This record gives sequence, structure tokens and C-alpha cells, in this order.
Amino acid sequence: MKTSVNLFIAGTQLWSRRRQSVIAMLGVVFGIAMFIFMISFMKGVNNYIQDTMLSAIPDIHIYNDIRTDYSSSVTRSKYGSDPLKMIIVHHPRPEKVRLNLKNAGAIIRDLQLYPEVAVVSPLLSTQVFFNYGSVQINGVLDGVEIIQESQLFGLRDRMITGLPEDLLTTDKGILLGQGLADKLNVVKGDIVTLATPGGIAMRFRIAGTFAFGLSTVDNIKAYAVLSGVQQLLAKDHDYITDIRMKLHNIDVARDLALRLGKKYGYKSEDWESTNPSIRTGNLIRDTLTWVVSITLLIVAGFGIYNIMNMVIASKMKDIAILKAQGFDGRDIRTIFLSQSLVIGVLGAIAGLLLGFLLSYGLSKVPFPQTEFTYMKFFPVVFESKYYFFGAGFGVLTTFVAGVLPARKAAGVDPVAILRG
Amino acid sequence: MNKYFPGPEPFHVLKDISLSIGRGEFITIIGKSGCGKSTLLYILSTLDTAYEGELVINGEKVSGLKESGLAKFRNEHIGFVFQFHFLLPEFTVLQNIMIPALKLGKLSRDAIEHSAMERLSQMGIKDIALKPSGKLSGGQQQRVAIARALINNPGIIMADEPTGNLDSANTETIFNIFQELSKQGNTIVAVTHDTDFAKRSDRIIEMVDGRIV
Repeated sequence: MKTSVNLFIAGTQLWSRRRQSVIAMLGVVFGIAMFIFMISFMKGVNNYIQDTMLSAIPDIHIYNDIRTDYSSSVTRSKYGSDPLKMIIVHHPRPEKVRLNLKNAGAIIRDLQLYPEVAVVSPLLSTQVFFNYGSVQINGVLDGVEIIQESQLFGLRDRMITGLPEDLLTTDKGILLGQGLADKLNVVKGDIVTLATPGGIAMRFRIAGTFAFGLSTVDNIKAYAVLSGVQQLLAKDHDYITDIRMKLHNIDVARDLALRLGKKYGYKSEDWESTNPSIRTGNLIRDTLTWVVSITLLIVAGFGIYNIMNMVIASKMKDIAILKAQGFDGRDIRTIFLSQSLVIGVLGAIAGLLLGFLLSYGLSKVPFPQTEFTYMKFFPVVFESKYYFFGAGFGVLTTFVAGVLPARKAAGVDPVAILRG
Repeated sequence: MNKYFPGPEPFHVLKDISLSIGRGEFITIIGKSGCGKSTLLYILSTLDTAYEGELVINGEKVSGLKESGLAKFRNEHIGFVFQFHFLLPEFTVLQNIMIPALKLGKLSRDAIEHSAMERLSQMGIKDIALKPSGKLSGGQQQRVAIARALINNPGIIMADEPTGNLDSANTETIFNIFQELSKQGNTIVAVTHDTDFAKRSDRIIEMVDGRIV
């Protein structure tokens, strides 16, 4: 009952100067709307950039690195443990190693049991030369299980001509990067000749072309079936150089990569270590967005602070009367604080709505098209957590902005006012 | 009691004031500007707490009560009438009168509204109940203020220059209302400059330089 009197007074005062209230509210509305708009857009950009850059990078990559650790001693094998004998080796070179993963089949079967792992795709990669007339173009041929590879990198969306599955139905088929195909001046159905560094040459029929939007991939890469490449290199059926994985949640990649590296004894790299600039870029854009957004919200808070201070300055007499009639400091504080909060809450709701509309509008604006972008519209994400944060922070700002003036109002000495 | 205004040289405003007022008395405090009569009124009305001494109202010692306790006490036992009417301009006449009772929270809203209307007809201004309080004449405003002071049946009315801003006809009306209230058993303490007004009250307290003479 008593609280309701305070709210009744607060409401009436707020309504009687609604123009001023609406102006104070607009500050919050724009602050929160811009916050939502910017964060949704920036997150969209981050996701797009991450998608593009990660499109050709697996979440975790296991391979057999050339060993460059020369710390182990060769002395013991020559002289036993005699501490007086030593061997000095100048400029050591790596031993000749087979770069394949031993027992790759077992590792793949084991990896498929991990709940974090979505797709496991084996790879046998080799340098090749594409013979084009008298010119040889350097490239990389990846022997893969095309179904898994397609799931790993979303190949189906990146095909310019043909389909990933065409590789299986074409005899000695090959998928070429679009840039490579352009250089070789070939199209789907043509035949290209490949030569390995070992000197073996083989003819492949082009089953399709793809574009990742990254020239480092599109200009050099080609896919063939795993067994075809094993045959080209004259290796057995177990010969695999790399295993790549796609995870359900890429945030666990670093941790999982460490564990897998220890478990199998091979180099195990997560996407972040492979490409640290992605996270750096995200961090910089995120920081900018948050700084600007929070500044906007705080400025809106100052708007409320100013207006509430003005209101209280003009309401001194009323405060004194209320106090004379038996309202104590806490009642007065409630009256004025609730006015700030009403402005904050209504402003936040309107701000969320406006922010959503702006974001939605932007997500329908066509993105300027180039041959490498597969984005049709400006990238915008719609995530409820930003809406909750915006509303929460907006209300918090108005609360803080309202507390100081309300405390001032609560401390008014009625005698000084009433005596004039 | 004693009261000092703080400053580099504290000013002794009220000097050894000792005063008792009976229930139902109509008292006026007169004196020149600066003699301390308003100061005394605000101390009696519990709004001013910076004094030395003791204040007992209705047998309850109010000196030393906390701010919220005093606010509650005022709400229940003291009604105020000021020189400058001081209604809340955003509210209607009726709402202005109801607010102290809503704050007290003893009656339902309907009962409060009913009793507010009764006060208004007692003041003879029932017809303006739903007008915004900012749009009334001075006399009307003062009657609304009195109705507001009475809404919680406080028993004590404190008035600071209640007629200071009114013409003689309105002053007459206000005086008659006060007299009527006094007859009904309300204690009335009014500070005034108007000696005619004061002469017709039950008791006049004249103050000179912070003392009662």
C-alpha cells in the first residue's frame, strides 16, 4: 500500500512531464539500439571472416612433422656410458623419415569414438606439377575420402562446376581449384596430366572445380580419391600423411589437440595455432564494438542523470511537502529512482526493438558481389544473449544514473525549502 | 529548549523556550521577523531536529526519533498548512488530499476517497475536486491544503502564515475554518503576522528575540 503511493506519485510526475521523459528515454533507446546493431553486425563480420579463413583449415590437424629435435645424444650408442667420451656433431640434418602416420587406420577409428569429433578426414598430400603445354604449374594434390572431405570443408557449397561426388563416378577424376583451372585453361570433362616429384606422370579427368575464396588454395589445390594418389605415389593402402578433424565446438580444439598429440605421438595442431590472426582480428573487432557500445550506453546514462537532476531541482518544493506530510527519505528516493527505472526499462525495450529492426534491415541489404565472396547479404547475427546484455546493462546504467539524484532528493531539508 | 543557527558565530535563535499547549487549543504565535517564531513552529512540528531540549507530543517523546520515525509520526499526528499553499501541481485536488492518507495506509482507497470528499464539502469546495490543483485561486488552494492537513485526523494542525497570502474575505473564511476545527477538538498552532487574526485565537504567544514574552 505504502509503496504503491510512492509509485502512484512517481507515475503521475513522470506522465505530467512526458515530453521530457520521452527525451530521456530516447537516449537509452538509441544507446541500446546501436549496441544491438553494432554487436550483431560485428559478430556477423567476425563469423564471416572466421568462416572464410577457417574454410580451408581443419579444426584439428594431425600429421607427422619432420623431426627437428637434435637434443638426443648419439654418444651412448657408440661408447656406452663413459662420461669422458663425447661426440660433437656439427650442423645435424634430419634423418630420412617416412612422413606417413603409422597405423593411421587405427587412429581414425579411435578418433571417430570421440564425442567432440564430428568428421574425421584422412589425407595423403603431395606436391605435383600440372603439365600445361610446355609449361609446368606447381600445385598440391590432396588424396581424400571425398565424402568426409566434403563434410569437413563444406565442399558442396564451394563447387563452381560439378559436385564432390562426381569424383567417385569419374574414372581417375580430379577436382581443381578454380584459379588453377583458369590458369590451365581447362573445364569440367577435360583431361590434365600430373607429374609427381618422383617423376611419375598420370592423366586425370576433371570432375569439377571449386573456389574457397582464398587464392592460396584456389590457385594450387586439387583433389583426387585417396587410393588414386596412393597409386600415383606407389604407396600401400595404409599410407596417409595427415588426419584432419571437424569438431562440434571449435572452442575445445586447443585442448583436444594437445591430448591427441600426446596420445598418438604425432604433431597435433588446432585451428588457432595454425592461424593465430583469426582470433587476434576477432579480439580487436570485439574490443572496439564493446568500447563503443558501452560508451553509448553510458552517455545515455548521463542524459538520464542530467534530466533527473533538473527534475529534482524543480521539485524541491514538492519534496519538502511530501516530507512534511510524512514521507521519509526512503520514500522520496523510491519515488525518483523508480522514475529513472521506468525510463530505463521502457527505453531498453524500445531500444531492443529498434536494434532488432536495424539489424534485420541490414541483414537484407545485398553485399557487393565479387567472384570470391559467397556472401549474398551483409552478415548479421541474431543472438539473444546480446539482447539480454543490452537490456541488462541499459537498465543498470539508468539505475546508477538515477541513484545519485534520488539520494540528493532524499536528503533535501524540508525546513529550508518551506521557509523559503 | 534552545536552538542555534550554525555558522562562524552560532546565532542563538531560541533562548530557553518552555511551552506547553493543551489539547484543542487554538494558539497563535506572533512577533517580528527574525524573532524565531517560525523556527519554533518547525521544531514543534518535528521537521526541524537540530535543537537542544525535549519535545513531547501526545505524551510521546519525539526528540531523538529517527527521520523515518518522525516522518511516520507527522503522517499520523500532524497536519500542515503553509503560507504558499504548496499543493502538488501534477495531481488533482482530490489526489492531493488523498496522498497523506494513502501513505498512512490505514483505510482502503475507496474509504480514503470518500473521506477526502467529505473534507472538501466541509471546506465548501466539493465542486473543484477533480480540477488540477495548479489551476485554483489562492483561497481555494489554501482550503484544499487545510483539507489535506485534516485527512488523517491528526489532532494537531501546524500553520505557517496560513493567511499571509490571502485577501481579507479569504482570511475570514480560513479563520472560521480554524475556529470550527478547534471547537471539534483539534489543536491548532499558527504563526502569523496578522494581529487581528491572532487576537481572535484562544491564546497568543508573543516572541521577542528568541524568548516568549
